[in-house]
Amino acid sequence: MPTDEAAELVKLVREIATEQLAPRASEAEAAAQFPRDVFHLLGQTGLMSLPFDEADGGGGQPYEVYLQVLEEIATAWVSVAVDMSVHTLSSSAMARFGTPDQRETWLPGMLGGSQLGAYALSEPQAGSDVSAIATRAVRDADGYVVNGTKAWISHGPHADFFLLFARTSDDAKRGLSAFHVIAGTPGVSFGAPEKKMGMTASTTTQVIFEDVRLPVELRLGDEGQGMAIALSALDSGRLGIAACATGLGQAALDLAAAYATQRRQFGRPIADFQGLQFVLADMAAAVESARATYLSAARLRDAGRPFSRQASIAKLVATDAAMKVTTDAVQVLGGYGYTRDFPAERYMREAKVMQIFEGTNQIQRMVIARSLLREAQ
Amino acid sequence: MKIVVCAKYVPDATGDRKFNADNTVDRVGVDGVLSELDEYAVEEALQIRDATDGEVVVVTVGPEVARAAVLKSLQMGADSGVHVLDEAIHGSDSAATSLILARAVERQRPDLVLCGMASTDGGMSVVPAMLAERLGLPQVTFASEVVVEDTTVRIRRDGDAATEVIEATTPLILSVTDQCNEPRYPSFKGIMAAKKKPVETLTLGDLGIAADQVGLDAAWTRVDGFTERLPKSAGTVVTDDNGSGADQLVSFLVSQKFV
Ligand SMILES: Cc1cc2nc3c(=O)[nH]c(=O)nc-3n(C[C@H](O)[C@H](O)[C@H](O)COP(=O)(O)OP(=O)(O)OC[C@H]3O[C@@H](n4cnc5c(N)ncnc54)[C@H](O)[C@@H]3O)c2cc1C
Repeated sequence: MPTDEAAELVKLVREIATEQLAPRASEAEAAAQFPRDVFHLLGQTGLMSLPFDEADGGGGQPYEVYLQVLEEIATAWVSVAVDMSVHTLSSSAMARFGTPDQRETWLPGMLGGSQLGAYALSEPQAGSDVSAIATRAVRDADGYVVNGTKAWISHGPHADFFLLFARTSDDAKRGLSAFHVIAGTPGVSFGAPEKKMGMTASTTTQVIFEDVRLPVELRLGDEGQGMAIALSALDSGRLGIAACATGLGQAALDLAAAYATQRRQFGRPIADFQGLQFVLADMAAAVESARATYLSAARLRDAGRPFSRQASIAKLVATDAAMKVTTDAVQVLGGYGYTRDFPAERYMREAKVMQIFEGTNQIQRMVIARSLLREAQ
Repeated sequence: MKIVVCAKYVPDATGDRKFNADNTVDRVGVDGVLSELDEYAVEEALQIRDATDGEVVVVTVGPEVARAAVLKSLQMGADSGVHVLDEAIHGSDSAATSLILARAVERQRPDLVLCGMASTDGGMSVVPAMLAERLGLPQVTFASEVVVEDTTVRIRRDGDAATEVIEATTPLILSVTDQCNEPRYPSFKGIMAAKKKPVETLTLGDLGIAADQVGLDAAWTRVDGFTERLPKSAGTVVTDDNGSGADQLVSFLVSQKFV
């Protein structure tokens, strides 16, 4: 930890995570209950705005610290950590691209701890291919009129505001624009929650825009700057997901290691068998390298250096590690691992989506290769 | 209203607890925290302060590491701290602890002194009463609800058979139970702010107490030995083969004289 405050901060987060999050996770996931109250608690504690400037009402913490906080929370309850990361992602465009007026009007509320932000980029036909976005914002005398359907929006119905990306022209490069949309704006509605394989406590729905009127003052950045804004936010968002995946892997490792010392077969703890020790050692190595990878990318970001490739590498490495480690955790627990009496199978279901959202791991490889080859030319 | 909270640093109840060679509780070599039961006193003090525009001073007596109890209280929102730190304090019993606390508290001239209902390590729930005696102040113990209006304090005490409401006037010593509030978590801003809050470190000399008035040698009681609680044994598993489970359970309960 770079400072005493950061160490104290992580101590506080651990306390909240063990007392308030971990005991509730399994039940809330099984019941698909979104824990809105948890975000109020995290907000009051100042944890929902850590990486933003103090002048904007944030905690002024470097990414290196913010991500470790996220990891701690993910170890206790990964849905909460992912939703926290999405909130950061959704607030980041206002902090970075908002005009002084916009920032003064909106940031105190967004970062004040009582609000939750959602990120509305994907569409039914535009997943990996963001350029296929069909939601349109048409300019008229009073501002913009938005029509279209956003898909897969994390905690959509619970959000207080949205970072929306919509098409303002058919220009291939500068066709998208970003908007700040306040929940409750007439014409915004939600689809039914997706019936997901995991992370069920984090409600995912479509967000439908029907003749939604937005004043020009709610556009972020220039008209046509949307793609650049989306991508710049995603670089940081990917680090968030890497930290979440690492925390999830850590939880699976802790569970498996504890179980291995308790479970006895052939007259001794299964942890005595070298075959199983090697599984656990590989799990530990995977978690530790995931952590090192995201931290190294975060330090580049904190130093103001380019980190886009490293963010993609961290997302790829950490989420693949989480998938492997959670799968192995089920293996270590044997038949019990395959039941819902232990969280191992839940961890495994939760790990899968880490490889899919905020850019699938195929897309991460594309980003990495592109940046690599650009340099090689 | 000026409020002093007496807060103790104790070994974390969720971790391993150990004793020193002289049979005193090891508070240095293990993970420690602000006593959970004292968190209620800190929280109550903060709420009263915010309602009365007052001030909260936290006093702790203990080794170097005990400063963490003061720090946690400051992070929660207390305004300043006092840490009485002196090697001669080691091994003090309740009587000596109450003497040290009394001297440290009276310098603050508080309107209200708040304590937790007991400590979670070596605790006898007598320090608030001893403190009241030494300071010549009225005391009300085990408050489940505290309402302050100017110099009047109304306190609810929940007993097994009855609930009583007691009215007292400040200055006053109060101990509060774990029913009176829900202690807050520090906020990140609170953590940052705590670094800048004043903490006064006092020795026995500063309080006019001689080293031989306190510590293990002056203690009225002494722990001669201790035994660790036996680890949980494996237990008996009853398997319900063709409906015999209930009978097995009953005979187990009878054999153990539970029924
Ligand atoms: C639980 C959950 C929460 C989400 N939350 C949000 C949110 O809050 N906001 C938001 O905007 N979106 C969100 N998403 C959407 C998510 O980002 C997309 O699902 C993701 O980008 C993939 O898009 P897709 O599902 O349409 O898959 P597709 O893009 O259809 O991909 C299908 C498969 O094809 C592969 N593929 C696609 N293109 C290529 C290529 N060029 N080369 C190689 N392989 C390729 C992909 O890797 C994948 O394996 C969420 C998704 C989920 C599941």
